[in-house]
Amino acid sequence: MNENVIQTENLTKYYGQTRGIEQISLTVPRGDFFGFIGPNGAGKSTTIRTLLGLIRPTGGVAKLFGLDMINDREQILSRVGYLPSETSFYPGMRVRDVLKLSAELRGRGCTEAARLLCGRLQLDPARKVDELSLGNRKKTAIVCALQHNPDLLILDEPTNGLDPLMQREFFEILRERSAGGTTIFLSSHILSEIQHNCAHAAIIRDGRIIASGSVKDLSRTGARRVSIRGRMDYDALSGVKNLCISPDGADFLYNGDMQALLAVMANGTIRDVSITEPDLEEIFLHCYTDQRKADTNQPFQST
Amino acid sequence: MTIIKHELRQNRTAFALWTTSIAFLLIVCVFLFPEMKGEMDSVGELFASMGSFTAAFGMDRLNFGTLTGYYSIECGNILGLGGALFSSLLGISSLSKEEKDRTAEFLLTHPISRTRVVTGKLAAVLTQIAVMNLIILVLSLLSIALIGEDIPFRELLLIHGAYFLLQLELACVCFGISAFLRRSGAGIGMGLAAAAYFLNLVANISESAHFLHWLTPFAYCEGADIIANGSLDGGRIAVGTVLAAVGVAAAYRKYIRKDIR
Repeated sequence: MNENVIQTENLTKYYGQTRGIEQISLTVPRGDFFGFIGPNGAGKSTTIRTLLGLIRPTGGVAKLFGLDMINDREQILSRVGYLPSETSFYPGMRVRDVLKLSAELRGRGCTEAARLLCGRLQLDPARKVDELSLGNRKKTAIVCALQHNPDLLILDEPTNGLDPLMQREFFEILRERSAGGTTIFLSSHILSEIQHNCAHAAIIRDGRIIASGSVKDLSRTGARRVSIRGRMDYDALSGVKNLCISPDGADFLYNGDMQALLAVMANGTIRDVSITEPDLEEIFLHCYTDQRKADTNQPFQST
Repeated sequence: MTIIKHELRQNRTAFALWTTSIAFLLIVCVFLFPEMKGEMDSVGELFASMGSFTAAFGMDRLNFGTLTGYYSIECGNILGLGGALFSSLLGISSLSKEEKDRTAEFLLTHPISRTRVVTGKLAAVLTQIAVMNLIILVLSLLSIALIGEDIPFRELLLIHGAYFLLQLELACVCFGISAFLRRSGAGIGMGLAAAAYFLNLVANISESAHFLHWLTPFAYCEGADIIANGSLDGGRIAVGTVLAAVGVAAAYRKYIRKDIR
């Protein structure tokens, strides 16, 4: 039995001359809760569309459950639930019609599962999809993706449009599914979602994976977020990034020697100091804005 | 079967509107026949004096005073134009609407092959055309019976059969084009139907443009030829069948490999 649910090797997609993704190599093991991070236009959706067989790669291979996406598409999709970032349904249908159509296209009866999910997400199945708010359309798409109890969930910006309470309920459902063995591939630019829910993650930039690994490893870095109140000689330090000086003090990301930092602070007039681990968002932004500089003290397992 | 049912459900309003409109106009036309028959002397002279216009509609070769002559021109134009527009719109929107309305992502991430999607959609298009023609034929026969005329079954079935084939041909060609589109192709569909109609008129008027008869399916729907020969033009239908087959083959070939963005 193949233990990797998603495996891509040098997956590449060009739209004519335009770059979609380049040389994407990803491995998502069975049962993993995997985050896929990147801003708009980085190639997240292209990667997902290639994984789902909506677009054909220009090069490389995409395998799901050990099967080839081009040749075994139907077999793969019968085990996949997909939640798109933008949800569109056929006009004139009611929520229950959409859910029934989705179940029929899968050749399964999902009435009970759909009823339970609608209840948890507070979605009225009698409503017409044309009249639904963005959040309720999203909920409809969530039930479509989950009602057949798939082995793999591919979620593209899943919380867009959901209110905070529904987001909490949604992630609660995802955690239950994950505990039950479902593999979850979560694409998002909301880093806290990745940090709080995912075990592993990959960062995509300009169509290429620039870092991947466990979320703990990605967050673990020699760099620290330093906030001081008072004055000190910043020029005497090497490894200071994103320095932000205010009349009261300064805030910066420090990647250098800790003894040197303490020595410079001792020579200054410091009234207060806090040194913390930067969160994933900060690392991500840092990685995006200045990747080459970050390479000097590589906090990531680059791919 | 799920896709066919879904397509039929989605199109039911458009189907009902087109079928009702064409059938209504056809019935009105049939009910006008007794009055037209009584004024045939003056009408006949009028039509004979219209030169190219007479030839364009084949009125120079038909007796407007007979039900078959009247039906093939008046009702034929309604059925021809209405049916051509409906079938073209049906064909051209069938595949492209999924990308235009952004529902392709929903449909194609379910475990059904694209071949099944194309087959289901094509079957739905053909089913709608067949059912529409059947309803119109039955209502037409009933209306002829109601005005007390003898029903010329053979001629009527041949005329309706020819228009049914025309609609199938246009629908299949448009279906093929639909696979290449990402936006609405309504303009292309209507343009194609109108072009086919006017090509036939031009071919009827000018001897040197007779070759155009091979390009338009309206050529094998000419009432004058059908009534005179008592049969359909097999050669022109064969050309139409090839064009329809090319359209369907193109749809399968393109859509199966198409990138859905």
